[in-house]
Amino acid sequence: MFGFSLRPRKAASANTAKERLQILLAHERSGSGGARPDCLPQLQREILEVIRRHMQIGDEAIDIRMERGDELSSLEINIEFPGKLGVN
Amino acid sequence: MSKDLTLEEPMGRVIVVTSGKGGVGKTTTSAAVGAELARRGHKTVVIDFDVGLRNLDMIMGCERRVVFDFINVIQGDAKLKQALIRDRRLENLAVLPTSQTRDKDALTKAGVEKVLDELRKEFDYIICDSPAGIERGAQMAMHFADEAIVVTNPEVSSVRDSDRVLGLLNSITDRAGKTGAEPVKAQVLITRHDKARVDSGEMMTVEDVLEVLAVPLLGIIPESKAVLRASNLGVPVVLDDPSAAAAAYEDAVGRLIGEQIEMRIAADPRRGLLQRLFRRAV
Ligand SMILES: Nc1ncnc2c1ncn2[C@@H]1O[C@H](COP(=O)(O)OP(=O)(O)OP(=O)(O)O)[C@@H](O)[C@H]1O
Ligand SMILES: [Mg+2]
Repeated sequence: MFGFSLRPRKAASANTAKERLQILLAHERSGSGGARPDCLPQLQREILEVIRRHMQIGDEAIDIRMERGDELSSLEINIEFPGKLGVN
Repeated sequence: MSKDLTLEEPMGRVIVVTSGKGGVGKTTTSAAVGAELARRGHKTVVIDFDVGLRNLDMIMGCERRVVFDFINVIQGDAKLKQALIRDRRLENLAVLPTSQTRDKDALTKAGVEKVLDELRKEFDYIICDSPAGIERGAQMAMHFADEAIVVTNPEVSSVRDSDRVLGLLNSITDRAGKTGAEPVKAQVLITRHDKARVDSGEMMTVEDVLEVLAVPLLGIIPESKAVLRASNLGVPVVLDDPSAAAAAYEDAVGRLIGEQIEMRIAADPRRGLLQRLFRRAV
């Protein structure tokens, strides 16, 4: 009758650990979507270059945030520029 | 009368979490201490110095959000602000992850100093999670420290390695080399303390360890199931459900910032046989 209580139920935290690892390692192994961390400095430089063709911004004006997901990842790119557009 | 510059601009304190021996609980401690300081309202950043074996991000639960890292900042590929990951649970907490693909040679003294100087302006506490060993990576993590938390398990090789590390803190660090500077303030944190095994004489007591190392004790962290659970979830143990380990880390942080807190030896509650059989039945 009490058999169910004797079988060790898998703790929920271990499942979370496995899921987190699967998502992270899938990204690390494949560099999925070309979004390998190593390519980001270059991506950042290129974005800055393109934007600088149109307005004057400093190196710190760009902020790239990433969230790696199971099915989808997101890249959020924020560019700050002076209130008055410094158009060339 | 000469003006004391340090009084004009309050500067953050750099605290290295180090041990010599691997796997004793440095990263667990860095995450817990960082989170507890932040929860108490101190602006805190935790830096991963374990270049090539990035792990702090997993323990802090921000592994999916790493874009730039410490090495990118040192090499000028990213600004510090672009590499810092702000914690989603605590607004005062940030993580500076390390590189997964580079090696420890990418750490230069000048580069590390520059980053730490910048962090000192924004943060009250800068916690440096050292890699194991006493080579370059560990030396870089301790070099600019004001204080050290020497993580030690009550076990012969760990205590021996802690002694080596204490020697290095007193000889090769920036403070050790500057005449007139206070030495690095080092304290021992005993972790994975198993009260049952100490009581049965299998494991060295806290007194034994302190007698050998002869430095002040910051705290005693019990061996606790809560630590594995917290690492599975990516939550510093002090931010997860209450546990003996969390309470011990909270006490240790209180002492770190100068509170008088009586030393106590905690342990996970031992379950009776019936409890063990039925705890999951509900
Ligand atoms: N108080 C504790 N109770 C139970 N397990 C613990 C405790 N502290 C640490 N551990 C476990 O010990 C292992 C090593 O911990 P951690 O990664 O923090 O050590 P480390 O010193 O950073 O290791 P490394 O030298 O590889 O960087 C982990 O599996 C962790 O869950
Ligand atoms: Mg570690």
